[in-house]
Amino acid sequence: MTEITRRAALRGGAGLLAVPALIQAANAQSGFNWRRFAGERIEVSLTANPRSQILIQNQREFEDLTGIRVGSEQIPEQQHRQKFVIEYASGRPSFDVISISLHVNKRQVGRAKWTMDLKPLLADPTMTAPDFDFQDFGAGAVAYSTQADGRMDTLPEFTDYFILYYNKEIFQRANAQLPKTYDELYELAKRLTDARAGQFGFVGRGLRNANVVLYTSFLLGTQQRDCVDANMRLMTDTPDAIWAGEMYKKLLRETAPPGVAGFNWNECQTTFAQGRAAMWLDGVGFATPLEDPQRSRVAGKVGYAVVPAGPAHHHCCLFGTGLGISAASNERKRGAAWLYLQWAVNKTNQLRFLTSGAGAPARESPYRNEEAIRASRFGRDYFETLIASGRIARPGLPEIVPVTEFRDTLGAGLTNMIGGADVAAELKRATDAFRPVLEQSERAS
Amino acid sequence: MPTGVAQEMTEAAALRGAAADSARRRRAYARRYWPFVVPAAAVVLAVIVFPWAFTLWMSLQEWKIGGGRSFVGLANYQRLLTDDRFHWSILRTLYFTALAVVIPVVLGVAAALVFHRRFPLRGLARTVFILPMMATPVAVALVWTMMFHPQLGVLNWILTQFGIPPSMWVYDANTVIPTLVMVEVWHWTPLVMLLVLGGLASLPVDPYEAAKIDGATGWQAFRYITLPLLMPFIMVAVVIRTIDALKAFDTIYVITQGGPGTASETINIFLYLTAFAYYNMGYASAVVVVFFVLIVGLALLLLWSRERFKDAVR
Repeated sequence: MTEITRRAALRGGAGLLAVPALIQAANAQSGFNWRRFAGERIEVSLTANPRSQILIQNQREFEDLTGIRVGSEQIPEQQHRQKFVIEYASGRPSFDVISISLHVNKRQVGRAKWTMDLKPLLADPTMTAPDFDFQDFGAGAVAYSTQADGRMDTLPEFTDYFILYYNKEIFQRANAQLPKTYDELYELAKRLTDARAGQFGFVGRGLRNANVVLYTSFLLGTQQRDCVDANMRLMTDTPDAIWAGEMYKKLLRETAPPGVAGFNWNECQTTFAQGRAAMWLDGVGFATPLEDPQRSRVAGKVGYAVVPAGPAHHHCCLFGTGLGISAASNERKRGAAWLYLQWAVNKTNQLRFLTSGAGAPARESPYRNEEAIRASRFGRDYFETLIASGRIARPGLPEIVPVTEFRDTLGAGLTNMIGGADVAAELKRATDAFRPVLEQSERAS
Repeated sequence: MPTGVAQEMTEAAALRGAAADSARRRRAYARRYWPFVVPAAAVVLAVIVFPWAFTLWMSLQEWKIGGGRSFVGLANYQRLLTDDRFHWSILRTLYFTALAVVIPVVLGVAAALVFHRRFPLRGLARTVFILPMMATPVAVALVWTMMFHPQLGVLNWILTQFGIPPSMWVYDANTVIPTLVMVEVWHWTPLVMLLVLGGLASLPVDPYEAAKIDGATGWQAFRYITLPLLMPFIMVAVVIRTIDALKAFDTIYVITQGGPGTASETINIFLYLTAFAYYNMGYASAVVVVFFVLIVGLALLLLWSRERFKDAVR
């Protein structure tokens, strides 16, 4: 029998005492510590949409993984924008994580530095899970989340492209081919319009403010493409802008249902879902209601395609949302919020967005998941359209602070055009009215 | 000193003393009980005086949320003088208010006269008539929005059943305000009816008996007895409706958001967009001040008219 010496016993005891530290060190190398903020509680403020619904439905996964409790709210988009701006202005926002419409609030949030720069967190291996795979996010989505000064103050969550929805049944009856250019789209819409039968070739947004993104879809196809130049000077009364205005006017005036001047996306959706319109140009998020047989007469008959090309370029409007961490939160909550962000835009949730029709994810890997795509209730053309749109996407609204005022001012002119007003005169009036607002805003920036 | 004069002086001194005593008592009373006034005064200061002072102060600033703030004096008011969108919003507000007051008042008075008479199931009919008033404005607005849809709405379907061409309702700049007024009329005529019905129930019967003896016709009794006696109640309804119509926001915003274009942008919608969509708090505060002056002016005019009617009735 081996005798245990005092020296051996001391050595063994010291070894036993060192075990926990050794395990912790090993874990630090092999596994990421998701529970470092266990017991913390964070508040998450989201806009009301199917993607937020998915996050809220599955947030228990995050709570079980991290031990962090999450209080989530979802508020309709317009009211949400007002709420978070007012709360930030008060200096004491009630949330730690905020969803931001980049096409509306990006410059505003960036200028005020309301959300923190996420790049240092991404670069910190103790804070970012090794399987987060940031390279998986599309370059366009990352650029959209990054401010002009290089700060990335939101994590890309969702990219929204304008696509062309078309009624396959109407197309088949008329033996129509998909239009390749906007001029072809107009000609086809005219051909498919039979007002007496209550069928219209096209439907799109006519309501002030909401209608600007349809107009900029046309403008993106021109030589100038954008509403402002590199020096943030307004270019909404140029020959290209007038061409886009004329396209908007003739499409909505001649081929869309009467009353379209008051249509937002919901009226367009109803018209298309009732089989009254052959084509509809709008965001990607409407596939789910259109394919629901309980709510749509065209379920199973909807075709999806990339938008037609303009006379000089081929782009579709890009919009998007990002998730940011409130700079006003304390350090521990900011850490917990960063873990939430990693979970919210992980590959599983992004795939859930895509396969449920909730929208186009900002990551690229979901589009490569053939198995999930095959199992989806949407046709292959839906996914192909999303992938193709991602390649030609370009911001649909100028990255300026007074975006809403811009949309209201230009949008009122567009609505007047549907009523028959002269395109050049309306664009000139809107441009003259908005130019001082933009100049003042840029001076303040 | 004659006795009478001395007595008068004594009485005067006694009166002065009594008056001084009374003043002392009043002061002591005020000293003892003034703390009881403090809570109410504090609430009034906090919820009425302070917001007003703050709004006035903000109207003198150039302040965009998320940006800096600077004192600009009366520049915001000067800008209002040249802002066509603001001027049009005032005119639309007045147009909307005029229609949304006159029509419910006329219909409400007529309905009250009908419901004042005895007929079978009168209670049930009254209940059904006042149901719209119970509905939440936003919910009502959403239902009307669906009904106004030019192709799929039920209203155009009904029109076509009678061979009437479809209307564009809120989807056309020319018809949007009258259509929004239609919603207001449906919603608030019952309130006018209730107010006038209360008035009718309190009218004396003697003048009618006298008129009957004198051979007055039904129209004459209405024109020369009922209407003058009801006028104070009608004026109350007019004041309430005017204030309500001037501040109408929820119905208009939900149904049209001020569109098509700016065709239904009343001052409230303009104010809301300026403050909470453009975040231009200084300019919006100036709009509030002008709007307040407008409302106070109209309210004073109506109250003065009401007093005149009262005098006429007396």
